[in-house]
Amino acid sequence: MSSLAVQARGLSVKFGDVTAVAGLDLDVKEGEIVGLVGPDGAGKTTTMRVLCGILVPDAGEAVVAGHDVLREPDRVKARIGYLPQRFALHPDLTVNENIAYLADLYSVPAGTWQQRRDELLEITDLARFANRQAVQLSGGMQQKLALICTLIHRPEVVFLDEPTTGVDPVSRRDFWHILYDLPRQGVTVVVTTPYMDEAAHCSRIAFMHQGRVLAQDSPAALRAAITARILEVRCRPQRTAREALKRYPTIEGVEVFGDRLRVAVSAEADPAAIRRVLEEAGVTGLDIRESAASLEDVFVALAVGQQSQEDDSRAGEE
Amino acid sequence: MGVAVQVDGLVRKFGDFIAVNEVSFEVREGEIFGFLGPNGSGKSTTIRCLCGLLLPSAGTVAVHGLDVRRHAEEIRAQIGYMPQFFSLYSDLSARQNIEFYAAMYGVPRAGLQQRMGEVCERLELGPIMERPAGNLSTGWRQRLALATSILHRPPLVFLDEPTSGVDPITRRMFWEVIDDLAQDGTTVFVTTHVMDEAEHCTRLAMMHYGRLIAQGSPDEMRSRHAKNMVEVRTGKLWDTLAVLQASDAVVEAVVFGDAIHAECHAALTNPAQTVREVLRSARISVESVAAIQPTMEDVFVSLARRYGHPEHVAAGGDG
Repeated sequence: MSSLAVQARGLSVKFGDVTAVAGLDLDVKEGEIVGLVGPDGAGKTTTMRVLCGILVPDAGEAVVAGHDVLREPDRVKARIGYLPQRFALHPDLTVNENIAYLADLYSVPAGTWQQRRDELLEITDLARFANRQAVQLSGGMQQKLALICTLIHRPEVVFLDEPTTGVDPVSRRDFWHILYDLPRQGVTVVVTTPYMDEAAHCSRIAFMHQGRVLAQDSPAALRAAITARILEVRCRPQRTAREALKRYPTIEGVEVFGDRLRVAVSAEADPAAIRRVLEEAGVTGLDIRESAASLEDVFVALAVGQQSQEDDSRAGEE
Repeated sequence: MGVAVQVDGLVRKFGDFIAVNEVSFEVREGEIFGFLGPNGSGKSTTIRCLCGLLLPSAGTVAVHGLDVRRHAEEIRAQIGYMPQFFSLYSDLSARQNIEFYAAMYGVPRAGLQQRMGEVCERLELGPIMERPAGNLSTGWRQRLALATSILHRPPLVFLDEPTSGVDPITRRMFWEVIDDLAQDGTTVFVTTHVMDEAEHCTRLAMMHYGRLIAQGSPDEMRSRHAKNMVEVRTGKLWDTLAVLQASDAVVEAVVFGDAIHAECHAALTNPAQTVREVLRSARISVESVAAIQPTMEDVFVSLARRYGHPEHVAAGGDG
């Protein structure tokens, strides 16, 4: 049984009237790659800042790398690496100089980090640009350099805030290959992303929405937990089908995918009845197949579920 | 089906930098044409050439049969364009922005209120109509920008990264509106750097460093490229990954949760069997190995690696 690298209980952060994080609980085991996944404004960055000991929460507590972030923020900071969304590389310093500067800032003893630098330059494919100024690198390469700077002091836990946003898919893959090396060295990774397809790379996902964790589990378990089934419907005209389905009970959502509709139906829905509804609406060339739920299907189902719960409880108060 | 946009040998240079390099494709009327590529691959520059906002350095572009060099004005009257970056007036309310764009596009005053009502209802803009555009969140801004670009019922709309910074629920609404437009016969040309969004389009073109590297329907793209994908499950994720990455049979192995997706060499006839053998000789016991459909990102990465990248220098341009 591995111990916890991050444990947060009841974290809340308010900025004036806005509640950015609302009673968040999170557990991250050592050596995991955990994704905080959710749209812009879900509270991912704020949560990360609290866990890094940069922002003091209004309520709750968190232990990171064995230390309490409220009582020992400096001990936490010494054991973690943090890559914020806008990492300040020094544009006129070279790749090597940027790394040396960060090693110095973290007081890594001279002579002990060069081997780690060379390893990281090797796996990021940046070795041949070691003497190039940071400003002369492409966006993807700058982001990889920022990651090296975050890892140079061998942190136990690394926090990466949307590290691949705006990075091309090939560099993004390269970036993930670097992250995969970390659990093998016992390093825990917490990464935020708004992209559901990227979330699938993580060993565990915490879905965030409006400052809360909606669910946390492995991607496979999250997909399995969704009670709705997904039907792929092909027919013409598609809009007639969409309108007919939206009026029909047991249909939880209809999404358009080019020449087909992805229809989320509740567990008790009867595909034969759905077929009849569509035929009665007058569509032609009808083809219905069952499909696996995507992580986005899971997220939307959870987010919509939370929304209607809140609406219910509000209605109950009135 | 007629041709909405015909592009032949389009080149656009900025000084020495070739943003768009010998690109040819056609967009048919009524289709949802997805123009894919990472940031900086030349998507926005291409869109601007198609809208008549930038002149091509070489090659020809015809929109509804009109040459952009000679008929830019007429073309602009027939299209809607939603640029990638904030295109609204911050101090004006959402309603005033819509009215302003309606006037710019020459929407007749009679019927304007009704049309505004339709579009605003479709995009659920009611709650923000009186708020200054500058105070809106990204999701709302994008919805408002989409409204301003379709209000005048153009037969062809260009949407440049419309879903960028938009939450998944709003994103679904966007794709529904795009489908509505197509069902009504509007041609939609949409760019995205999020590869999974490609699945919403009827046809696709992929850009990579200014070159067009593939085009076809989503199904065609998957069956032509990156076709030998297998999903591997074992109890030992990281050991398995290392073995697969070192194997000659595997082009690339990537972790997805508790499974690994491995792209095997195209020449292998039974990649699942080969992978089983590779793992057996490494003494890793297998839970499952199964052929899977590649994602659009798999397709892109596979193609992009094959094309390689030109020695790029500075991070320049927004695309």
